[in-house]
Amino acid sequence: MKTSVSLNTVNSSIQVKKKKQWGNLAPYFFIAPWIVGLLLFTLGPLLYSLVISFFDWPIVGERKFVGFDNYITMFTDDPLFWHSLWVTVKFALLFVPLNIILSLFLAILLNKNLKGSSLFRTFFYVPSVISGVALAMIWAWVYNGEYGILNYLLSLVGIQGPDWLNKQGWAMIAMVIASLWGQGTMMLIFLAGLKNIPQELYEAAEIDGAGKIYSFFKITLPLLTPTLLFNLITTIISAFQQLTLALVLTGGGPLQSTYFYAMYVYENAFKYFKMGYSSANAWVMFLIVLCLTLLVFKSSSAWVYYENEVKNENA
Amino acid sequence: MYVLLIFLSLLFLAPFIWMVTTSVKSPDEVYLFPPKWIPSKWHFENFSNAWNMQPFNTFLKNSLIVTIMTTIGQIISSTLIAYGFARFKFKGRDVLFIILLATMMIPWEVTMIPLYMEFNFFGWINTLKSLIVPSWFGSAFYIFLLRQFIMSIPKELDEAARIDGANAFQIYYRIHLPLMWPIIALIAVFNFLSSWNDYLGPLIFLNDESKYTLTLGLAQFKGMYDVNMVGVMAVTFLISLPPLLLFFFAQKKIVNGVSSTGLK
Repeated sequence: MKTSVSLNTVNSSIQVKKKKQWGNLAPYFFIAPWIVGLLLFTLGPLLYSLVISFFDWPIVGERKFVGFDNYITMFTDDPLFWHSLWVTVKFALLFVPLNIILSLFLAILLNKNLKGSSLFRTFFYVPSVISGVALAMIWAWVYNGEYGILNYLLSLVGIQGPDWLNKQGWAMIAMVIASLWGQGTMMLIFLAGLKNIPQELYEAAEIDGAGKIYSFFKITLPLLTPTLLFNLITTIISAFQQLTLALVLTGGGPLQSTYFYAMYVYENAFKYFKMGYSSANAWVMFLIVLCLTLLVFKSSSAWVYYENEVKNENA
Repeated sequence: MYVLLIFLSLLFLAPFIWMVTTSVKSPDEVYLFPPKWIPSKWHFENFSNAWNMQPFNTFLKNSLIVTIMTTIGQIISSTLIAYGFARFKFKGRDVLFIILLATMMIPWEVTMIPLYMEFNFFGWINTLKSLIVPSWFGSAFYIFLLRQFIMSIPKELDEAARIDGANAFQIYYRIHLPLMWPIIALIAVFNFLSSWNDYLGPLIFLNDESKYTLTLGLAQFKGMYDVNMVGVMAVTFLISLPPLLLFFFAQKKIVNGVSSTGLK
């Protein structure tokens, strides 16, 4: 009897062990595709591009290790680097705040829950579902200096519109407006953030005699700061990756006034085939975006309120 | 308030209306100033004319192949991976998950050149594989969405199935997959939009016209027939139609899905 019991326990412990071994491997079986993808399509290429950036690496011909030369050339001997960087910063300085103000404004309007709100929401969001190329095509025609609808509408209110896409300065503004048209995603995220703010806070403020503007700055804005942070970071990143619109709408012109940094990286790689140099360009951009993101995050402790903080304050 | 909302709506819709009415105008009505909003006669044959000026049927076929194949790939791989992250404790899981989230921050400019070289090495350049294959290894954002969802499924379900003798894969396949359908549908919609609308991927990896997708075909069309605004607008309209229709049918899903992304 005794032996059979112990045998049983031994057997079952072996089974448990087997199961455990399987259990240890099972998770890796499930996430294996992602690990392979990480090595082949994201992290692997990311690191590989860092390696390439230290080489003189033409698409055909000999590769030569050049140390930091690509980076030094970029900063000291390539006016196009500084120019495209400046174009991108200019775009970001215009686009980021305007995009946030516009999408927040629309979200606030929609949050009033008027009849037909969902219909208006559809109208404001719908430009975001079409492709960037289609968007560029539409705006190219809207901006047309002679026959475009925009200048016609402006002429109705007595303004003589410029030849948008062919005038330096105006082309950049045209890019900003066309990009603003696709603000829908940000608006929806703001709207969700607004819906998350407890209604009681407004009621309490109203009882205390607070006006609408006061409530907006003292309740809405502080409680919306986490959403604002998220949107700020995604908008900055998207500004630095702006390429489709520049390629299709303006081609970087006129006189390279919309020659974005992403276009500079792209052309160095696939027009001039300077793979090493272009990789160095890309890494500089990656570091800039990373630093900006960290900066925004770091600063966020000063201006982002999280709900539990507020709760603590109230308590 | 309504005046403001209607005014803003018109601003947002005007470019669309302008596209649609241009695409059905006769050529001599297009180049008029002041422009006409409504054409005097609707030329629906503009659509087929423009479509046939370039091999848009081939482009459509390519776009459909890429969109369908990437969607299937994303659904299979992302659900498996998300299940792995959500339901198991294993060494390095949390670090790996943070890496997963961090990969969403990598700009495409940085990986574009190594990917080009790699695909060249695999012989995928100028084939649709360059656009399809990577989607079979999961996408960080979709994995994240699915993982959040799986974590909301009660663990007792898994336990019950395990007692009945189901192994880990059977639990995934029989229990979780059926429950995940709402999120899978959302991912299918998101992936349809991003894959159908993608321009930079095809631009970098495809160079032969017979492999072009619709967005690439449209950009080329504009380059060749810049003065043919009717044609450009007609094709733009046709290409935008599937995403627009999808949006109108899946509106609630899309709106809720997008809204939740900011509330991580």
